[in-house]
Parts: sequence; C-alpha cells; structure tokens
Amino acid sequence: MSRAVRSRGSRKVPLLALAHARSGDKGDTANIGLIAKRPEYYPLLVREVTAARVARHFRGLIRGPVERFELPNLHALNFLLHGALGGGGTVSLKTDAQGKVLSTALLRMEISVPRGIDVR
Amino acid sequence: MKDKVLIACGQGFWGDWLEAPVRQVEGGPIDYLVMDYLAEVTMSILQKQRSRDPNLGYARDFVPLMERLLPSIAGRGIRVVTNAGGVNPRSCAEGVLAAARKLGISIKVGVVTGDDLLDRLDDLLAAGHEMRNLDTGEPLSSIRPLVTSANAYLGAAPVVEALRRGADVVVTGRVTDTGLTLAPMIYEFDWRADDWDRLAAGTVAGHIIECGAQCSGGNCLLDWERIPGLEDPGYPIIEAFPDGSFVVTKHPGTGGKVSVATVTEQLVYEMGDPRSYITPDCVADFTTIRLKQEGRDRVRISGVRGRAATDTLKVSISYFYGYKAVGTLVYAWPEAYAKARRADRILRARLERLGLKFEEILTEYVGVNATHGRLAGKPSPDLAEVQWRIAVRAKEREPVERFTREIAPLVLNGPPSVTGFAGGRPKVEEIVAYWPALISKGEVIPQVEVLEA
Repeated sequence: MSRAVRSRGSRKVPLLALAHARSGDKGDTANIGLIAKRPEYYPLLVREVTAARVARHFRGLIRGPVERFELPNLHALNFLLHGALGGGGTVSLKTDAQGKVLSTALLRMEISVPRGIDVR
Repeated sequence: MKDKVLIACGQGFWGDWLEAPVRQVEGGPIDYLVMDYLAEVTMSILQKQRSRDPNLGYARDFVPLMERLLPSIAGRGIRVVTNAGGVNPRSCAEGVLAAARKLGISIKVGVVTGDDLLDRLDDLLAAGHEMRNLDTGEPLSSIRPLVTSANAYLGAAPVVEALRRGADVVVTGRVTDTGLTLAPMIYEFDWRADDWDRLAAGTVAGHIIECGAQCSGGNCLLDWERIPGLEDPGYPIIEAFPDGSFVVTKHPGTGGKVSVATVTEQLVYEMGDPRSYITPDCVADFTTIRLKQEGRDRVRISGVRGRAATDTLKVSISYFYGYKAVGTLVYAWPEAYAKARRADRILRARLERLGLKFEEILTEYVGVNATHGRLAGKPSPDLAEVQWRIAVRAKEREPVERFTREIAPLVLNGPPSVTGFAGGRPKVEEIVAYWPALISKGEVIPQVEVLEA
C-alpha cells in the first residue's frame, strides 16, 4: 500500500538532475563521490542512493561489494565499488581502467523524488 | 612568523601542463611552488632508467623547468618543493645546481632520501616484515623476484627540515603529495608535530591542490559548459593562515573557476573512508571540513579536525606482471555495431584456433558501451561508426605478440566498411603492477642533505 501512495506523491528523476560526481581509483576499487546540487537534495540522496541500490545499479559490471560513507558537511556521499576495474591500474584492460567516468554511470540512476521538492 | 603563506601548485602529475608552473610564478605573488611528479607506477619506470644510467631515475622535465624559472624565483625568494627526485633525488638536485651555476645564481638545494627500500627488501622480509598486499592480503614473498621498485611514502617532516636548513629548492623521492604542501605551513607557522587539527588542515589543503587544475575548474562536471577560460586555466593557490584555516584561490585574470562545487569534486576524488584520510603526518577527518565561498574564485576552508598519525607507513611496491596489447578498428554505417561484433567473433575464433592462451580477453565497443557497459542502454541502429576495441593480457609475451598480428588481416578478410588502422600493428606493453603494503615507521629513516651552488 505504502508503495502505491508513495508513487502517487513522487516521480522518478535521474540523479544527473540532482547531483554531480567525480570518480577515481585505488587499485581495483573505484570510488564515486556523489554531491548534491542543492543542500535540500542531500537527505533524498541519503535515503534513496543506498549501498544496496548502487550495488544493484552496477550489477554485472563490478565483482565486489559496495560501501557507502556520508559527508553531510559537503552534502556528499562516497561510494567504494570493490572489484570494479578489471584488476585495476596497469593490469586492467578496460578503457576506463581508473574508473574516471563511473561517476556519470552512477548519475544514470533514477530515484523517487517527492512532488514537493523542486527539481530544476 | 608570517601571518599568511601563499602555496601554489604547479604540476598535478608528471605530464601535466608545462606552462602551469611558469604562470604560477609570473601571474602574481606566491611564496612556495609545489609540484607533484610521482604516480604509483612512475617509480618503477624511474628505477629502470637508473639501472641503465646511474645518473638518471628522476623526472627529467624538472631541470629545464628550473632553468627557466630560477631567474625569477631567486629574485623573489620563492621556494620550490617537489618530489621530482623520483628514485634519484641527488642527481636531480645536481641537475638543478648545474642549471643555477650556468645562470650565475647561487642557491641551496635540499635533498630528501630514505624512502627507497628496494635494496633492503630481503633484509626486511628476513626480519619478519611481510609487507602483505593491502588489497589481497598476500605476502610480498610470493612475488619477491619480480619486484622492480619499493618506496615508503615519507611525510612532511624531512621537507620541513630541509626548509629549516635554508633550502631554496627541496627535491625529494617518494614524499606524499599532501606532505609537499603541508611542509611549508609547518615550517612557516611552527606547528607542533602533534598539533593534529592543524596538520590535518594542511593535509586537506594538499589534497585539494595535489591534482592541479582539477580543483579550479578542470574536469569539473557541474555546469561544465559555463566554466570560463580553460584555454588558460588558473592553477590553485592556497592562502594558508597560522590557525589552520586556508583559502583556495588562483591568480587574477586566469581562466577556470574556484567554487564550492569545484573544490568539493576534488575533495571526494580518490577518497576512501572520509573519517580516516591516513597520511604519514596525521589522520584527517574529511567529515569536519567547512567550505564557504567568500568571494569570486575564493573558497575558505575551516573546521578541519585530525587525529594522531598511525605507526606505519605505506609502501608503494611495483612488480613485473606480464604483457598486454590493445587492438582497435573502426566500422562505419550501415550496421556499424553488427559489423564490429562480427569482427570480434571472427578474431576470437582465430585466436582459439591458434591455441593462444590469455589470462583475459576484453572487448569493448567505443561509442556503444566502452565506459558504461549495459547502463548505456541499446545503441541506435543508425550509429555513424563504432570503434571495436579488443585487449588481451598474458603472463608470457608470445601469445600477446601473436595477437598483435591478427588485427590488420581483418581489414581485408573480415566484415566490410572498416577503417582506422593507420596506427599500424598494436604494441606489446609490459605490465608493471602495483603492490601497496605497510611497514613500521621505525624501519624508515628519512635523510636530508643540503647542497649549494
């Protein structure tokens, strides 16, 4: 029931409209820093963009687990994606061996945004 | 004591914009120019160069750069701190001194060594230091014969000592990127070795500027199309204050932008647990950082808290891993993607028929899914072209070498509408891999000497 209520009072919005991001590498682990474009979006990111959601988003593209850390002072979340870079560094055969554009891959995710919150 | 120190970043990595350090010196007042030249694998390349010629093994670009800068920095008392010394800081320093003599300028060059553990590895292993891989947990003994370089990350302390002994230019081996920026603050403001909050603040300043223009508008996603003047980007400058607060800014009249957004993107770059940003100098807590836009291209940072440093140092070890190669061809409309996929199936069948064994074969289609995989969705059936990119890796050279000869024939004996082979046969690359480990601080004794011209 709660799901139906929530869907009436909210809509799906891509993270690209709500946040910006930068990503990089540490060995075979990629990190993605996700930064709210406006402070009022930050609680939404905390609620919707869980480690489990991010792991599901990247399913099949990464081999390890996802960890999440909160930086309320920067209105940002930091995600560690383990086993994301095909061995990492010089061993990796990937174009994006250093995970530089996993940032925008995360911004493809859509989350529920309540009608009351304005998205520019 | 100065009430403010200006620390300018002139180089975010070896290969960064050659004009940047010159513009930092000529574009306005600065007290220090800091330059980072070392990435994980750089040390291994430099070890190889030194093994061929004992006078090499450092970032050679640094010496001609100093020759260009010395006349202006000597007159203005600007001091330079850099890890361009690589695995041979002494030779790098000699190069700088030779340049100074040629120009008739008298300077003191500080040399920081003691980070290089390559010749001590067997003794350290014998003494029970396992140097297990921080990612995989394996002991270093499993790859010991393949090791090509091993360097402990030193902190700010030896750089501070060189500055205290009057060095105008400090050339180091593997000092952390953050330590290069923190050291002038410790020296100028006389911060105590256990003043964790201030050390953490200086470390955060170092993290912000260690990638050069990446905090001042470069590679910034937010409103990227409205970031002005990237033809002439202003590289970052830290205005540091004795209480540990600081402002990130850039010279007036330069392009790029310093905003809360550009600085925040850099703060989260290559971050692990934000509460524990571990360096040899302290543990900084990135969840305590306060940012405030206090003017155009000025962001003030305050509130940074830190904790005591750990009793270990990170060791950056590199080792020979194997070989890899990447082949590419471009397929054009119509049905570009289908043609590229057919080429991939054909090549894989040929490699198998040849009995070649690889650790991994990876195919990507640039323009379709190379960077975002399945998240990119279904490609348009009307794509103008697709670049087929196939890469292989093996422990032995032979299968990789043979692979590089199998790409070109497809131009004539594979699917049609193919081009983009002007670059010739792919090159076989040696893979030098990275092995991060820890060592107790007591095993690493930094050394400082000051040479004069």
